Amino acid sequence: MAATTEGHQFRVIGTRPIRHDGVEKVTGAARYGADYAFPGMLFGRVLRSPHAHAIVKSIKTDKALKLPGVKAIVTGADLPELPDRIEQGGELPINLHHLSCNILARGKAMYDGHAIAAVAATSPHIAEEALRLIEVDYEVLPPVMTVEDAMAPNAPILLPALRNKEDGPDKQTNVAAHIQFKRGDVKEGFAKADYVIEHSFKSAMVHQGYIEPHNAVGIYNSDGHATIYCSTQGSFVVRSLSAAVLGIPEGKIRVVPAEIGGGFGGKTTIYLEPLSVLLSQKTGHPVKLTMNRAEVLRASGPTSGGTIRCKMGATKDGKIVAAEASLAYEAGGFPGSPVPMAAMCILAPYDIPNILVDAYDVVVNRPKTAAYRAPGATNAAFASETIINELAEKCGIDQCEFRIMNGAHEGTPQTAGPPYKRIGMIETVEAIKNSPHYKSKLTGKNRGRGMASGFWFNIGFQSSAMVNIHNDGTASVVTGSVDIGGSRASMAIITAEVLGLDVNDVRPLVADTDSIGYTDVTGGSRTTVATGLAVFEAAQDAVRQLKERAAKLWEKKPEEVEFNNGLLSSKSNGVKPMSIKEIVPRLGRTGGPITGRATINARAVGPAFASTCVDVEVDPETGKVTILRATVAQDAGKAVHPSYVEGQMQGGTVQGIGWALNEEYFYDAKGVLRNSGLLDYRMPTCLDLPMIETCIVEVPAPGHPIGSRGVGEVSIVPPPAAVANAIANAVGVRMTELPMSPGRVLKAILHKEVSAQSSAAAD
Amino acid sequence: MDKKTVVETTINGEQMEFLCEPRQSLLEVLRDVLGMTGSKEGCLTGDCGACTVLVDGRAVCSCLMLGVEAEGHKIETVEGLAQGSKLHPLQQKFLENASLQCGICTPGFLMSAKALLDDNPHPSEAEIRYALAGNLCRCTGYDKIVHAVLEASKASTSKAA
Repeated sequence: MAATTEGHQFRVIGTRPIRHDGVEKVTGAARYGADYAFPGMLFGRVLRSPHAHAIVKSIKTDKALKLPGVKAIVTGADLPELPDRIEQGGELPINLHHLSCNILARGKAMYDGHAIAAVAATSPHIAEEALRLIEVDYEVLPPVMTVEDAMAPNAPILLPALRNKEDGPDKQTNVAAHIQFKRGDVKEGFAKADYVIEHSFKSAMVHQGYIEPHNAVGIYNSDGHATIYCSTQGSFVVRSLSAAVLGIPEGKIRVVPAEIGGGFGGKTTIYLEPLSVLLSQKTGHPVKLTMNRAEVLRASGPTSGGTIRCKMGATKDGKIVAAEASLAYEAGGFPGSPVPMAAMCILAPYDIPNILVDAYDVVVNRPKTAAYRAPGATNAAFASETIINELAEKCGIDQCEFRIMNGAHEGTPQTAGPPYKRIGMIETVEAIKNSPHYKSKLTGKNRGRGMASGFWFNIGFQSSAMVNIHNDGTASVVTGSVDIGGSRASMAIITAEVLGLDVNDVRPLVADTDSIGYTDVTGGSRTTVATGLAVFEAAQDAVRQLKERAAKLWEKKPEEVEFNNGLLSSKSNGVKPMSIKEIVPRLGRTGGPITGRATINARAVGPAFASTCVDVEVDPETGKVTILRATVAQDAGKAVHPSYVEGQMQGGTVQGIGWALNEEYFYDAKGVLRNSGLLDYRMPTCLDLPMIETCIVEVPAPGHPIGSRGVGEVSIVPPPAAVANAIANAVGVRMTELPMSPGRVLKAILHKEVSAQSSAAAD
Repeated sequence: MDKKTVVETTINGEQMEFLCEPRQSLLEVLRDVLGMTGSKEGCLTGDCGACTVLVDGRAVCSCLMLGVEAEGHKIETVEGLAQGSKLHPLQQKFLENASLQCGICTPGFLMSAKALLDDNPHPSEAEIRYALAGNLCRCTGYDKIVHAVLEASKASTSKAA
């Protein structure tokens, strides 16, 4: 394995070239999934349950099939039955039976929007009309919408076959899993504490909010092979899961990843892809399916809301001695919330000797949750990071100082897993503490400042890469990592660095599932680290081959050949250094073209920490919170392309601000989603925000040749807590429910005033 | 199903004619009838701005306009921003500032920003944020987009390209 890079001077890594796919994207030429069209293509639409919880007694399609232009209709009966087993899918483990039921319901609708049938027709309008002609007989059941209701004794049972380990094989339940982590003895720990703070928190279901809805074009060939064009974060996941759901071998499907218009974890699973192939098979035509915005919100994979009870104790000199948390997260209509990760993240930034964390995965009549940027961690941090501030206040210690005193560092035990290696948690807090923002004076009424920290694991997993040397001495680098945020440029940067080329002489490509080796999702903050590592090694492989060819030409041993700054040379006399351009014409006669290749399973991946500071102004008459200033500090290890690292930090921060202030799913008493549009599912606009100041901290990750750490996710984790801490600083109210929308903040302000008045009256 | 109508309009300076059903939006016509997929569908309710085009110089959500309503008007889309292979200053500044990550909102932002700069060549940051408030971006947090528009406004002369 390559050495670490402390003190190493890079030539290309760390610069900010224009991304190679930039021109296509600013001219509208780039092709996203919905932009694909093929001769004879049909259009599909999905019929969705209008009920949150219902038995599907029958589905009659004959009237719909008679509508001119309708070519095929499929239901759950057209998919094979899959065993109830767990597979690795995307970022979270998946039960294939549940996945298939989510794609087309089997006898039971589990949420408003659950897919019941799919139609293919000659126009999207005809397909839409056909949906209205499909007759479904529903037996409506009472919906169970919250974790409290689902966990109550005598709650209606949503999945009759669901069992959890604890309650055993004979007990029907809505709790799919109970996970516990502990260290030390919390009873003893709390006994030592001078201050103990405990609160119950609630958070609402929120959506990743990608601007591009889901899409897929499926083309089934009569020879049994299928091609899927789709916007996805993981073309190999689309292949394996679609093959499983359709009951065909994986090798029969080729997935071509289109450009993707945002994912944030929500596009690491499948919805329309197998349907597009199934309908193509039935009709003999390519079939394009897209979701509209209402479907995206109702029926793709938002992340969990839920409840968190959190308790932390500290000694009066500011040392946290014990922490306890109990989290119950909404899984949606099928098990699989990110509550296990939440449990592992909630205390992760701190060195605490005694902990006890209980986590419950709870089925409710909401869409099946999917990953959303640091899944589970953000709502968890809302609880822990606000309590940390309350403790700091009690101890009379500055919020940054308190975190530095208790911050995790190399050797600190993790909640689950080995002790931390070298990490940058404390460095991010110090970056905030020393930032112009934190040092500035905040003046004005109802204004406050708060900060918070956050943790995310980052994943490694598998990637493949190829580096092709071209006849003109330029190169291309091919990977299977879909580019969501500019990673293509980073792959070119890494290749150019190793080969000594100009970054514009390296062309980065994202290939389909037949053209490149297996590659895990673009997610989990893994792309620059893991695929970057594969690219680094593939480029090194190309260099090794170049050295062998030079050795042949110079009649020397390969060990005598050096490669520096794009030049092949030898320490021994008699050879003129050769550039790649100069050796390329001679590759043919020395053995053929050169392609460097590498496949890896990245281990020893460094986790990510971020700390965020916000200044807010609270309007005491409306409860509206305005973000005045925001700064995020994040440990990137080594920023390969700093502009895109900043971009991840800013984007995550703003998603966190939306989560903090406005975003939530509103379901009515019948369990129907009432805000399935972007007007009322209120995400931040540029008018809601100031510039987002960034501070890239670079504590190199040990064991990685470039020292990079994943950066994509963690920035979303601190903002809700940071905003809550700022609100507390501004108007003296502690918010325990997300989002902190104007109504809730106003209620808290009024409640505080009333309490103050009644205690004054009582004196 | 209603019979299709012939619509005569000007798109990116070219006189064009297309056939469409009355129920097809301008966005659908651009994408599915004319194959101009640069304008994107994000919400179909005029809330995200990904479908923004200029109609007689005014930024409009093409999902909220019918294809037949284009008759006799001047439509500008992202495909017409560059002059041949010369990028518009906005496009160039978006690239230099890394103002796009996934890029799906970029065409809409470029068109809204063009409408702004054509009308107000040297806007303040607040004016830029106000003009672009109808364009949602989920990736960037808007910071680098606003910087790009500020820079483009400084780079352009008073006559926009």
